[in-house]
Amino acid sequence: MSREPPAPATRERCRARTRKGERCRNPAGPDGLCARHRRQLEEAVAADSARPAAPEPGRPKPSPSEEPDLGPLGPVLEWAEEALEFLGRRVLGEYEVDEFGHDPDLVEHVLAPLLRPLYRHWWRVETRGLEHVPDSGPALVVGNHAGTLPFDALMVALALLDEHPAHRSLRMLAADLAFNLPVVAPLARKSGDTLACAEDATRLLEAGELVGVWPEGYKGLGKPYRERYRLQRFGRGGFVEIALRTGAPIVPVAVVGSEEIYPMVANLRHLARLLGFPYFPVTPTFPLLGPLGAIPLPSKWVIEFCPPIETADLGPEAMLDPMVLFDLTDQVRDTIQQTVHRNLLGRRGVFG
Amino acid sequence: MGRRVLVTGAARTTGRRLVGALAEEPEVERVVAVDDLEPQEPFPAKIEHLAVDLRSPALVRTLQSAGIDTCVHLGVTAEPRAAGGRITMKERNVLGTMQLLAAAYHAPDLRRLVLKSTTAVYGATAGDPAVWTESMSHDSPRQGFAKDAIEVEDYVRSFDRRRPDVTVTVLRLANQVGPTVDNPLTRYFELPVCPTVLGFDPRLQFLHEEDTAEVLRRTILGPAPAGTFNVAGDGVVLLSQAIRIAGKPPLPIPEPLVNWVAEMVGRTVDFSPEQVRFLQYGRVADTSAAADQLGFVPKWSSRHAFEDFAATRLRRLVTEEQVGRVEDDVLGLLRQTAGWVASRRAPGDPGGTEGSSGEVPR
Repeated sequence: MSREPPAPATRERCRARTRKGERCRNPAGPDGLCARHRRQLEEAVAADSARPAAPEPGRPKPSPSEEPDLGPLGPVLEWAEEALEFLGRRVLGEYEVDEFGHDPDLVEHVLAPLLRPLYRHWWRVETRGLEHVPDSGPALVVGNHAGTLPFDALMVALALLDEHPAHRSLRMLAADLAFNLPVVAPLARKSGDTLACAEDATRLLEAGELVGVWPEGYKGLGKPYRERYRLQRFGRGGFVEIALRTGAPIVPVAVVGSEEIYPMVANLRHLARLLGFPYFPVTPTFPLLGPLGAIPLPSKWVIEFCPPIETADLGPEAMLDPMVLFDLTDQVRDTIQQTVHRNLLGRRGVFG
Repeated sequence: MGRRVLVTGAARTTGRRLVGALAEEPEVERVVAVDDLEPQEPFPAKIEHLAVDLRSPALVRTLQSAGIDTCVHLGVTAEPRAAGGRITMKERNVLGTMQLLAAAYHAPDLRRLVLKSTTAVYGATAGDPAVWTESMSHDSPRQGFAKDAIEVEDYVRSFDRRRPDVTVTVLRLANQVGPTVDNPLTRYFELPVCPTVLGFDPRLQFLHEEDTAEVLRRTILGPAPAGTFNVAGDGVVLLSQAIRIAGKPPLPIPEPLVNWVAEMVGRTVDFSPEQVRFLQYGRVADTSAAADQLGFVPKWSSRHAFEDFAATRLRRLVTEEQVGRVEDDVLGLLRQTAGWVASRRAPGDPGGTEGSSGEVPR
């Protein structure tokens, strides 16, 4: 009475192409087409029954020359089609997440488009040194952390997704607070983040992922404006240990601009403790202007990836030597601090 | 001489299925099914049903005199109400295991002990690593079924030290689903609406009932590796995804109200309190040790297992066909509108470039 699971083990995607010429992401039935393209094909076959040649199954839609010219509305329609297909997949639960909960479909269609205007127009992010990030295989991206809310981490991730030739997903290590907050917790997991612990970081690097870590943590994120661009202590160097254990190169990344988005002039410690937050910021506009104060200032950003620091030749036994750990931690921190200073000098003004 | 296997908790779904399968194996000479409940389907003739509680002296006699070489302990329950209240459930789970192991200690022919445990021993909190391996230390869940499971595992490990001649294998199974499985989680998905914790979307793993039967069969009859192994279908399903595959409307509950709602739902679903945490934070276990050492890879992935459960037991509110049709309708409407707007913009060239024969019939 044993029944067989649907073969093959991983669910096939539809073999048709969307109007943009990209692979359809909808799940395929036994004939290799999703419900939508199967119906399109049937309709196209019915319409073309007078003609001798059946249309190529991969392209159930009519060829471009037969499309009516919609002028500027064409792209709008393509967008609408993609959005509808995305919504359909969400309604049916037809998408896949990895064991950490990373949901590339949601990132591509919802999260990245929400952040992109901030990246391109609000902060006009200029990204340098992308060639230092490998096209494939593991690497540990280590950056400075500032700005009250972790927008710097999101912008680094978007830079790698949009501008890196391999469009790499940065798997960020986040504080446990992120996984305790409703709404934030699932969004963090779906965007590919996981808890900042040695087990998760090691597992991701061993799987060949690009891992992002911000060793300053809350100390960097919640520091007052007068201490801007002065890097805080780099934790206890746990990230170096993980890099040595997995042999992954360390890519320092220096972010300029994030310090000015929410200039924090005071920290209401007691209120923060009451709410269970690591700090409660007071900026010139928050909480004075209420929700309007949550709008970040449009500073000019520069993100620079620095040359990688190889760890593979040191071998995993080097992680037992505290001196190696301290030296590497300092080397990474100094690299970021110097790059930050250099790029600050190169910037015409805060809002340049 | 053939194998002589004793199975506890044999009258419930997993146990009934296992003893049935064991009875058909030619190398198995004798199957003793221990359960004070009557099975829903009667046991096959080859099986001796010992209708006693684990605390009964009859069990000791059987273990000692019947030449039992393999003891399979499935008798840990997660359902307080079916067990007759939380206190009785704990007694049955923990004290029952102690009694069984005490009897097994004196069983002269015993060579193998298999415990069906659960990945619930890892608990579920926000501070958990994303993927649990067997050796990771974890904050022990302090209540309910998970606590029982941890204590049962502890007693089994201590038995392992005292009887080094017995190979002890502990299988930590993920949540089981399938056409005939009836447990708190399947009953949860059979509710008319699925209550969730507002703003949380846990990662879940499922194990198909056929894979449960197969991993138990293999551990009992195959070359026996000692140790603890996570067993779960490949891949991960989010709760929101599972609810959509199940075709149920979700009902998000704000966190402060969750325990109150859980109590209400608990009257129909019969679950233990830490299972609410599971639906908030989820849990994923690494299964590579089972693949490498036990040689067991589940036939059903988490997703396929859940889809099979949903297809046989639930009725979807929204089907793939319906969604596709709505997509096509909306898109057709948009296309018509766009075509109309475009024809108004360029009056000299109505509705297209060369050859309007290819007007799309959609």
